[in-house]
Amino acid sequence: MFASMITFPGVFGEFDRLRREFDELSGWAGIPNSIRSAAPGAFPAINIGNTPTSVEIYAFAPGIDPKKVDVTIDRGVMTISGERESTLPSGKSDVNVYGNERFAGSFRRAISLPDDVDPSKVEAKYRDGVLHVSVGRRESALPKRITIQ
Amino acid sequence: MNDSFVATRAQRDTNLKDTERPGTGTQPTESQRVQETRSDSASAKANTPPVDVLEDSSGITLLADMPGVSKESLEIKVEGDTLTLEGAITSATPQALEASYAEVRVPRFRRSFTLSRELGTAAIEAQLKDGVLKLRLPKHEKAQPRRINVKVV
Repeated sequence: MFASMITFPGVFGEFDRLRREFDELSGWAGIPNSIRSAAPGAFPAINIGNTPTSVEIYAFAPGIDPKKVDVTIDRGVMTISGERESTLPSGKSDVNVYGNERFAGSFRRAISLPDDVDPSKVEAKYRDGVLHVSVGRRESALPKRITIQ
Repeated sequence: MNDSFVATRAQRDTNLKDTERPGTGTQPTESQRVQETRSDSASAKANTPPVDVLEDSSGITLLADMPGVSKESLEIKVEGDTLTLEGAITSATPQALEASYAEVRVPRFRRSFTLSRELGTAAIEAQLKDGVLKLRLPKHEKAQPRRINVKVV
């Protein structure tokens, strides 16, 4: 909701201000959040989920070349970076541009992973514009059933 | 709370497109080809995909970011002069997935536009690649610009 309101920070700065004020009023600003958290509306949007055996990260990055995306893990921090080319016509042309809301340019997002993941068990897939990175947990951290003798 | 924000956003989009509203007394501008509308059926929550709208002399190209939407789950409807794009995010989620952090909270995209009369709805072409929908809305031939010869009498 809030993310979708400030896709145009330049033109709609007033709405951004409104959002900040709302956040302050409702006390959200007082709650500590991740030191690497990005402003709402950052590209790509990221969803993170946990399963007993893995951490699943979904980055909603449509229209990028998967070969030009870098996914790195360094000391427990996963970084997704790359560039999305503008589809708008460059230079002088007879094309009129009305809506220009889609992200263009380079992007970078960082996610701190939990301590029990194994950086050697990483799989990344790109399908329908969603980058899906699956990081497995360490063998020792997997849930175990203990048999009673 | 939520409703007021939806209203604010609708208003912002209205400002963005310089849309004329019936009864406000403003004249439609030449630049206004595709107007966004909020239909009543859009009551269920959905993400609004960001779009680029480009116009050249033969038609309009609309690009919309709809990541996670597959060809099967994408629906493009034209009802009267309203164009609706709708799609469900069908990215496969593993069993027993517990969301710990989510920026995309609703697994659905929806956005509607009002088309102007010179756009032919019969010949709309759609391409979906890597989560980007590309729609080509050609203008009727009679609406395309042409040179008018002046005869000397």
